Amino acid sequence: MSDQTPGAPTTVTRVPRDPSANEEAYLEVNDLQVQFPTADGLVRAVQGLSYSVPLRRTLAIVGESGSGKSVSSMAVLGLHDRKVARITGSIKVGGREVVNMSDKDLEGFRGGDAAMIFQDPQSSLHPYFTVGNQIMESYRAHNNVSKRAAKERAVDMLGRVGIPNPRRRVDQYPHEFSGGMRQRAMIAMALVNDPKLLIADEPTTALDVTVQAQILDLIADLQRDFGSAVVFITHDLGVVAEIADDILVMYAGTAVEHGPVNKILGQPLHPYAWGLLESIPALTGDPQPLHPIPGSPPSLLAVPSGCPFHPRCEFKDRVPDDWCTTLRPDLIPRTADLGRSSRCHLKDPDRIFETEILPRLP
Amino acid sequence: MTETTTPAKSGVRTVPGAPLLELDGVKMHFKTKGEGFLARRTQWVQAVDGVDLTVGAGETIGLVGESGCGKSTTARLITRLLEPTAGEIRYQGVDIAHMSERQLRPYRREIQLIFQDPYSSLNPRHTVGTIVGTALRTHGMVAKSGELSRVQELLEVVGLNPEHYNRYPHEFSGGQRQRIGIARALAARPKIIVADEPVSALDVSIQAQVMNLLESLRSELGIAFVFIAHDLGVVRHFCDRVAVMYLGRVVEEGPRDALYQKPQHPYTQALLSAVPDIGVVRGVPPKNRIRLVGDVPSPVDPPSGCRFRTRCWKAQDICATEDPALIERAPAQRVACHFAEPPAESILAETA
Repeated sequence: MSDQTPGAPTTVTRVPRDPSANEEAYLEVNDLQVQFPTADGLVRAVQGLSYSVPLRRTLAIVGESGSGKSVSSMAVLGLHDRKVARITGSIKVGGREVVNMSDKDLEGFRGGDAAMIFQDPQSSLHPYFTVGNQIMESYRAHNNVSKRAAKERAVDMLGRVGIPNPRRRVDQYPHEFSGGMRQRAMIAMALVNDPKLLIADEPTTALDVTVQAQILDLIADLQRDFGSAVVFITHDLGVVAEIADDILVMYAGTAVEHGPVNKILGQPLHPYAWGLLESIPALTGDPQPLHPIPGSPPSLLAVPSGCPFHPRCEFKDRVPDDWCTTLRPDLIPRTADLGRSSRCHLKDPDRIFETEILPRLP
Repeated sequence: MTETTTPAKSGVRTVPGAPLLELDGVKMHFKTKGEGFLARRTQWVQAVDGVDLTVGAGETIGLVGESGCGKSTTARLITRLLEPTAGEIRYQGVDIAHMSERQLRPYRREIQLIFQDPYSSLNPRHTVGTIVGTALRTHGMVAKSGELSRVQELLEVVGLNPEHYNRYPHEFSGGQRQRIGIARALAARPKIIVADEPVSALDVSIQAQVMNLLESLRSELGIAFVFIAHDLGVVRHFCDRVAVMYLGRVVEEGPRDALYQKPQHPYTQALLSAVPDIGVVRGVPPKNRIRLVGDVPSPVDPPSGCRFRTRCWKAQDICATEDPALIERAPAQRVACHFAEPPAESILAETA
């Protein structure tokens, strides 16, 4: 990533990581609820979300707009205004509780142990200050060092994220950087204090594919070097397949499916996950007709009764006694597959996937 | 060429036998001021610099490339929202590149545009009925008395409730708004629709719904499409032919399957290999990736010769001195590269 000689192509083969390594959780979210009282009523953005991420592992949170994926992750960093948001449940980062942390403690925690990369580097970098200044500010807020040492650190970080000529670049303003370089600069800023937890909120959505590929490699490399726990928020299942160890599929503020990435994407058990897979056009094979999920995601002001997905679900007729419309399913661990769980009343999702869904997939 | 034209009832002249749409050496250079002490020197952003493209009736052409490659500018040139600085844009054989607004009127009806952003492309103060009805009225499509029923018919075609004609855009979701934009384009009964990233602002499940709608319009109404997108999967799904753009030029163009399976231009190969592949989890071995380094050069001062050479691993001296022409390397597949060849092994992992 540092050899930036123009013209030299790098051929990378990404190896799937070993999913068996089981470690202690660094980030632990338990029964998290985030609600926003508004003039129109109570917005239930996140309802009873639980997950954990150990160090050196990547969890991808997948879902559509309004599924609660960003709201829940902002809660992890204590970014919600407490006057506006009602947050209950527990979020533990490295054993420390975040939900009721004081503002003073939060200041030390954010940008130190935990950092975030945002989707839009254009609006997350201050146009009035040089890139170096912004990285230095973050470093000096958490370390008692001189300006000179902080600048050295900024140059070092810019070099590590693959920005050519960092000594000159450190004194430039964000508008002098291209989109991909701005995203690299933001990653440098997030990683300047060696955070153990990195939350990346759609970090590549605004980027072109070739730049996206560079940034995904970079995040994977840095994770290996720093040994951080990474939460990667995205809606792109291709990106998930490449970067994540585990995946959490969210719908209407709850997790509907959770488990190792190869299992969830290889043999999903929730109708919503099936619908997502059937909505993505393939790059190889004969083009198959797409089979989209009908309707659109519900308003979080009025989440449907029972299973929140039931108004869009093709399979609700196969569950007896109107369970889907009246009874909210639990996120149940699967006894056969270790470490995966799904929230659905269907009795035989494995068989439905094998016989009805899989043949339709490209 | 114009002497063989025959005036039609619609006011659109045609040359018999000419393809529906042809771009011939089209250039769009924008004037800009330099920075610092160069401020007084005029510079030119070469957004589109010599694009040739042919679209037959009922055909779908995909235009792919990264931001800044000129694909949106090309869309604006085809729809004549911009006047090109050079080249010809022939619609059914008649050059519309420099027509006046008045002359263009009948052509505007036949060439319609769908925008990317369903939020900013609809007037928030107009009802859906007004938005779609204005298109009908502007082009004199129906008598005043028949306007409402035609609007409702169009709403039904794009999968909206026809009773919702008196609602405002903010009452609809993103996917529904995109459908309104499509209904507006259809109101003029166009022969060709230029769709500029029509699904990229939508969520995956909604994106598939809109794709299926466009697909049915194409097959039922026989409308030709110029489909611009950066998502290579979406383009493959929808298009018969695909053109890849880089820094204002088409670098490769060909039938869909040839282009995706045997791309010959190094840039096309790099682009395809950068797409994240969901197949990895289904036991498809991880593909070898080509990683490009550096950024796209500035269109103000593009590299001499081949514009991709600064990031190309095949670049030789000839690439800096000689601009490669877009020539046919395989049946119907044109490539602009001195060292064009199909990849040794498939770029995309084959699903067995």
